[in-house]
Amino acid sequence: MALATRTDRRPSITRTFWGSTVGKKTVMAATGLVMIAYLAVHALGNAKIYFGAGDFNDYGHWLRVMGAPVLHREWGLWIARVVLSASVILHGVSAYQLSRRDIKARSTQYVHKRPRASYATRTMRWGGIILGLFIVWHILDLTTGTVHPGFQEGHPYQNVVDTFSTWYGNVIYIVAMLALGMHIRHGFWSAAQTLGVGNATRDRVLKTVANVLALLLTATFISVPVGVMTGVVS
Amino acid sequence: MKLTLRVWRQKNADAPGAMATYEVDGISQDMSFLEMLDTLNEKLIVEGDEPVAFDHDCREGICGACSLVINGDPHGPERTTTCQLHMRTFEDGDTIDIEPWRATAFPVIRDLVVDRSAFDRIIQSGGYVSAPTGSAPEAHATPVPKADADYAFEHAECIGCGACVAACPNGSAMLFTSAKINHLNVLPQGAPERESRVLDMVATMDEEGFGGCTLTGECATACPKGIPLPSIAAMNKEWLRAARRAGRR
Repeated sequence: MALATRTDRRPSITRTFWGSTVGKKTVMAATGLVMIAYLAVHALGNAKIYFGAGDFNDYGHWLRVMGAPVLHREWGLWIARVVLSASVILHGVSAYQLSRRDIKARSTQYVHKRPRASYATRTMRWGGIILGLFIVWHILDLTTGTVHPGFQEGHPYQNVVDTFSTWYGNVIYIVAMLALGMHIRHGFWSAAQTLGVGNATRDRVLKTVANVLALLLTATFISVPVGVMTGVVS
Repeated sequence: MKLTLRVWRQKNADAPGAMATYEVDGISQDMSFLEMLDTLNEKLIVEGDEPVAFDHDCREGICGACSLVINGDPHGPERTTTCQLHMRTFEDGDTIDIEPWRATAFPVIRDLVVDRSAFDRIIQSGGYVSAPTGSAPEAHATPVPKADADYAFEHAECIGCGACVAACPNGSAMLFTSAKINHLNVLPQGAPERESRVLDMVATMDEEGFGGCTLTGECATACPKGIPLPSIAAMNKEWLRAARRAGRR
């Protein structure tokens, strides 16, 4: 019987994953979920701004000594930075390679055009690019202070208020957070499908979780610039 | 009914194509879409023009040969095959755009006919079960739970027309491939090749130049046989399971 004589030669698991469209989407799903988990923690941290400059700055300083005494000063922070950078890079490279392939697979467009898919789905690529650029700006603005005139090292509360006192600071941040909401709305549900968790009975629950997650994260993040603008945070 | 048709005309695979406009009169609303095209072709032949080439075979909605994108929708506005679409769906005086399936993996051969042999190669790489030859096995030897039989049948409904690929903005064949894999992987007869089937068929799908899945859901909306979108998630699950097992060996 042909079945028994066949020798199965397969490439390594890394090659299997990186060489397949399904595998590469799995990489995107996993790294996306890591980033969503980080954003949830980040949003909680941001909410501390409503308890005043003291609380917020103390929290900022704690981030540097978290995990002590097991972890040395800033080790925890650097572990998070490495994991997040790896996630962003893997997510971006996979998205770029898959998008190139997708565009090539449909090289001729239809003459009769009609809108396809939901807004969140259609804007995943541009939304992702906006978010990538935002991350760079956000780090240069509030971590290194490179693009932040009057940046005060060690005073995050003052720096946040300072950023959101400029019109461009607010515009960049709010636009990026709206893009984030759209990205998570389609991305979270998609990740579930890619990881094989989705099925007909769970579909509604997964869509609801994706929408609630997107809405909660976007609202929490946007509340900070709105708080500064309305004087709740000053 | 009197209609204006804008049809994609292309001499051969290498020639550039363009939309050509034709007027057809005397169309009954009881005609199928393909009969309407037959009427156009009879008129073209009488006038000494080349008839429009299009794929068709059973005209019963079961063979998967017909393949027209009508006003931007594969198989037209109804959820059925082009041969089962009737002219009563359209209004007198309508302008209808008719284009071939658009995907790099489905090159246009002529007019509205595309080469869908990429699907055959996906099937060849795993869309089968190995069975020993000889006398037929005893029918009760391999029981199949009712739920599994229903699931297999739901996916066996795929006629391989390619509407999913035509509808997908990425020209992806994920819905087709998932229908074939889910159909066989859930059955005991398909169990011996469960892992190699999904790995090989997905690999062939990628090699043929189909795009990846971005979960737009366009495929499941276009499918004349109602293969559901969660089929793709089920195939991903099978692929991840097989890839993990292959890595362990």
